[in-house]
Amino acid sequence: MGYELVVIGASKGGMRALQVVLGALPAGFPTPVAVALHREKGSGEGLAALLRKSTPLVVTEPEDKEAIRPGHIYLAPPDYHLLVEGTYFALSIDELVEYARPSVNVLFESAAEACRKGLIGVILTGENQDGARGLVAVKAYGGLAAAQDPTTSEAPSCRRPPSPQFPTRRSCRWR
Amino acid sequence: MQPANKRELESIETQLLLEGVYQRYGYDFRDYAPASLKRRIRLCMQKENLSTVSALLDKLLHDPACMERFLLALSIGVTAMFRDPEFYRAFCATVVPLLRALPFVRIWHAGCASGEEVYSLAILLHEEGLYDKAKIYATDMNEVLLQQAREGIFPLKTMQGYTDNYIRAGGKRSFSEYYTARYENALFRPNLKTNLIWAAHNLVTDASFNEFHVILCRNVMIYFNKALQDRVHHLLYDSLMPQGVLGLGSKESLKFTPYEDRFEELDGREKLYRRIK
Repeated sequence: MGYELVVIGASKGGMRALQVVLGALPAGFPTPVAVALHREKGSGEGLAALLRKSTPLVVTEPEDKEAIRPGHIYLAPPDYHLLVEGTYFALSIDELVEYARPSVNVLFESAAEACRKGLIGVILTGENQDGARGLVAVKAYGGLAAAQDPTTSEAPSCRRPPSPQFPTRRSCRWR
Repeated sequence: MQPANKRELESIETQLLLEGVYQRYGYDFRDYAPASLKRRIRLCMQKENLSTVSALLDKLLHDPACMERFLLALSIGVTAMFRDPEFYRAFCATVVPLLRALPFVRIWHAGCASGEEVYSLAILLHEEGLYDKAKIYATDMNEVLLQQAREGIFPLKTMQGYTDNYIRAGGKRSFSEYYTARYENALFRPNLKTNLIWAAHNLVTDASFNEFHVILCRNVMIYFNKALQDRVHHLLYDSLMPQGVLGLGSKESLKFTPYEDRFEELDGREKLYRRIK
């Protein structure tokens, strides 16, 4: 089945896993990827630049109403929520969701409604609750849901046994 | 019911809600961007303790206080004094020199909400010696927020928390000079308010009301769909003097709008544009 979109969510502690996951995507990877990574308000170009080192795909921060295209990895800009609206991205500056903006829940929930079975949602472990509801939505709409095994997180505070509110078909170990 | 079917039903109800609100109150949310609008509506439903969009429509039509809460929910995005400090730096670097040459300066801040960013601009103009020849017209569709903005009273603790933004934005003095503390509140000094004109204006339904040297409309149009964005760009373009400056939010753009070719970039990162045609 052809997937329309991959969404990845990570809070603090998920950066290394994100670099590994993005690094595993080949140059011709056919599905667009959108990432909501918890990041500081003022964080500038540095993050995108860092991720570019891990992948041949094009890493950008989308603008409002930008079309979602294959060959791209879209990184939610700091202090905005990133949403999926049909075949475009949309932004908002609404309140924090689970103390986060960009929020993983916001990206995943909007992507689930837009892409339904055509969505792959991946949660990379971090410190925060943000993403649990999003992953539920991915599954509810028929998409494929996956989560990093939390015992492999790079942030010590995030290493813990897998928790019940991440209802996934598979829990992956990332190297 | 399957989530997909539930959502289809919700879509029908939402259309009816938006139509109902427009007909009853005159606020037109029918061309707002659907994803963020849905989230805000659902949040509203939660706060009002309702389980369907239709129930919310019922309450909105019959309870004006509920409508006021709904309007507030659709009005606010995050704001702060000197939010996006780099924007103010860029404004200083690229726009202020243009304004120095003018005998007087008219600025429109469209979608000012509770006013923090208007006061920020006022402070910037003050420090650049431009305030006395400037008038800032600050507008918003929400009259409750406008009144708050007009009063210029903010929680003291919050205000003190903005000092860092002020410094990063290039503030040359001491931020606390601009307000007086009274109990738990910070009140902006009267001399900062004299050239601010607050008025209700709805970007969706109202027409142009003046011509301006500078128009700021930042992170407002992200809540509009593409068709509405294009119409509002028309309104803003019509309200901008030739050689006037338009400022958008950092992740907004003139690209793919009907007026893209009529502007040149003053700052591509902070989205400051000058009208050249």
